[in-house]
Amino acid sequence: MSITGFFENVGSYTLLMKRVLTIPDRMREFFKDYFQEMYKLGVNSIWIVVIISFFIGAVIVMQIALNIASPMLPRFTVGAVSREIILLEFSSTIMCLILAGKVGSNISSEIGTMRITEQVDALDIMGVNSANYLIFPKITAFVSFMPVLVVFSMFMGIFGGYMICIFTGTPTVDTYVFGIQSFFREKLIWYSIVKSMLFGFIISSVSAYFGYSVKGGALDVGRASTDSVVINSVLILATDLVFTQLVLG
Amino acid sequence: MIVVKNLIKEFEGRMVLDDISTTFDRGAVNMIIGKSGSGKTVFLKCLIGLIKPSSGAILYDNENFLSMKSKEVKQLRRYMGVLFQGSALFDSKTVLENVMFPLDMFSRKNKRERQKRAEFCLERVNLSDAIDLYPSEISGGMMKRAAIARAIALNPKYLFCDEPNSGLDPKTAQLIDELIYDITKDFNMTTVVVSHDMNSVMNIGDHVIFFNEGIKEWDGTKSEVMNSDNQALNDFVFASDLFKKIKEADEIIAEKEEERVK
Repeated sequence: MSITGFFENVGSYTLLMKRVLTIPDRMREFFKDYFQEMYKLGVNSIWIVVIISFFIGAVIVMQIALNIASPMLPRFTVGAVSREIILLEFSSTIMCLILAGKVGSNISSEIGTMRITEQVDALDIMGVNSANYLIFPKITAFVSFMPVLVVFSMFMGIFGGYMICIFTGTPTVDTYVFGIQSFFREKLIWYSIVKSMLFGFIISSVSAYFGYSVKGGALDVGRASTDSVVINSVLILATDLVFTQLVLG
Repeated sequence: MIVVKNLIKEFEGRMVLDDISTTFDRGAVNMIIGKSGSGKTVFLKCLIGLIKPSSGAILYDNENFLSMKSKEVKQLRRYMGVLFQGSALFDSKTVLENVMFPLDMFSRKNKRERQKRAEFCLERVNLSDAIDLYPSEISGGMMKRAAIARAIALNPKYLFCDEPNSGLDPKTAQLIDELIYDITKDFNMTTVVVSHDMNSVMNIGDHVIFFNEGIKEWDGTKSEVMNSDNQALNDFVFASDLFKKIKEADEIIAEKEEERVK
């Protein structure tokens, strides 16, 4: 993408968001779509969050237990370090990178298909603000459901580690639980939730932008879907860096 | 009534519509015909505001559409019904929900009244038995009929149809044509139909406009189409063998009539 192309996209995205972030024409229709989107984008993502978090949580505990097998370090460190990794980065950033693939491609391909089959034009012709009608429920539903997904992810990550301790005994369950509880700061939970909501906004709005601006046919919808996943991933990583420095730095 | 004055549309220096002026009367089916790439769909998109013309004026009942504020445009669009080439029904909604959609968004009636109105529109297009089906579960002709029902749900003053019978078999195409004609007369709408199907023109066209390379080459009634001396129009109309033979038959009948009179 050229420099001018980049700025053109930023400008178009900003103008689109100006149309999206307005009060819906009909609140009744908005709430109907809001709950449908919450189910489609949020509830349907729980299973992937649960599975990935469980296994990655288990692997994190295994790796840490293997790599800090030093007599100088107490064994409960495994639990404490695993908890920090899961709460601070895994449940928010890595989970959102995965959701950028699942939810992001879903949003961009759905809106892109509506665009090329003239369904978006049909909305505009009826006098409906198509950007607000199609995108606003997706953004609000996904952002408001992110805390649920993050809490699920945190719980399953720590639970995965717990199961590894039961099966391998390295460290023991008691030591792991002690580690999990040691030096705990509640602030980190809130940090992770707020960060994931920010990522939720990026995923839903950027994917919607790519879908909404599709021109052409089925190939272009596929391209928009891929581009949205790539750009979302880059934006999530860059935002993570800035957000971490601002809040914890 | 819609009046178009000196409409010009350029795409990156390429003239797609060149100084088009015409009038579309109320209660009439106005057909825009022409070869592919002659600018008729761009013209229709300019009329409904999906493409902004480079210059000119489009007057809807004497109000210039191009100088309206966004609120006024929104208001006017509630009086427009559009039938897109691919029907543009919402995939996630059933046929009934599709027809109810404009009512849900803009009507102040209660749900029961909205549903009654949607059912009436579906009955008008003979689609009462498909109300619970999704667009993917119905045929192309049924999709067009559902799209017509959605277009007339809010009692529009203006109906625009982009290639309404493309991809349909001749019998279904004729049914769609007749439906558009009947609805136009019943509801006294200003209807603009873009088509390159001469059968449609001869079936339902009250006023015919012929576009050729972005220029309004000819306009008149459907009876005048067959006897025009415009070469480009004749090339277009008589490209079909059927119409060529009809013209030949007409000429033979006219000659015989002349001989008989002599």
